[in-house]
Amino acid sequence: MKTLKLFFIIYFIFSFNHLKASNDNMKSKITKNLRCLVCQGQSVYDSDSEFAISMKVLVDKKLEEGFSEIQIYDFFKERYGEWILYDPELNKNTYILWILPMLIFLIGGAIIFKNFNFKK
Amino acid sequence: MKNKLLPIFITSIFIIVFIFFYRGLQNTNIYIPEIKINNKIPSFKGNLFDSNEVTNSSNLFNTDKFYLLNIWSSWCVPCRKEHVLLMNLRKNKKLEVIGINYKDTKINAENFLAELGNPYKKIIFDKEGINAIEWGAYGVPESFLIKDGIIIKRYIGPLNKKLTKEIKSIIK
Repeated sequence: MKTLKLFFIIYFIFSFNHLKASNDNMKSKITKNLRCLVCQGQSVYDSDSEFAISMKVLVDKKLEEGFSEIQIYDFFKERYGEWILYDPELNKNTYILWILPMLIFLIGGAIIFKNFNFKK
Repeated sequence: MKNKLLPIFITSIFIIVFIFFYRGLQNTNIYIPEIKINNKIPSFKGNLFDSNEVTNSSNLFNTDKFYLLNIWSSWCVPCRKEHVLLMNLRKNKKLEVIGINYKDTKINAENFLAELGNPYKKIIFDKEGINAIEWGAYGVPESFLIKDGIIIKRYIGPLNKKLTKEIKSIIK
């Protein structure tokens, strides 16, 4: 019985550790995708400015409150605009950014394909 | 014909790309978030400076008065200059000044207020800078003019005489 209790205690400690670890992973994933407004060019994850430190604390708090990754992004987007995210969403302002590489790839592919066929 | 068109096509693409990048060079690289007004005030919880009690944003802006929310700190040099103007604005009965004390220590903030006066009806003690982010701020000082739970004006940076005149004309 004692060993069973001990087993459960150890199991619980490890399961909490896992929870903390997954929150930490999520936190670093989110802060890597957020830009620092004060030291522009750096992510919140990399920056040690006062603003970035506050952002990290807030991300932590929101994760503890049960916010999802997308909800946290929305929270910051609402306040600072789309620019705050490194990974822009597909919308009317960014569709060129997303579609252009695909178009270039397709057109380039078509040119190569055509030339290849031609030489044959 | 096809051979003649190709150099023209390539040159024109280069010219377009050049113009595009050249114009990009003229633009500033520093991003300033768009000032959004006519938005509802964010709902948040904060600690009151005097009592350390947790308060909700709805308790702070609950009358039909105008509110000026000012984010300040004792270590912020422009806040000192601005403070005289806030003391002046405080005299207006239609306006209440609420402060967010940003990343400060209590002793320094208290000394600051003892030296320059306290224009704030209530102060939120934002030790970690979280409340300021809830408001979409990214520096100090910053001020928001609020009426009926709506942000009607936002001032990034210190207030000056011209801006206080503007505030007075709005709340008339």
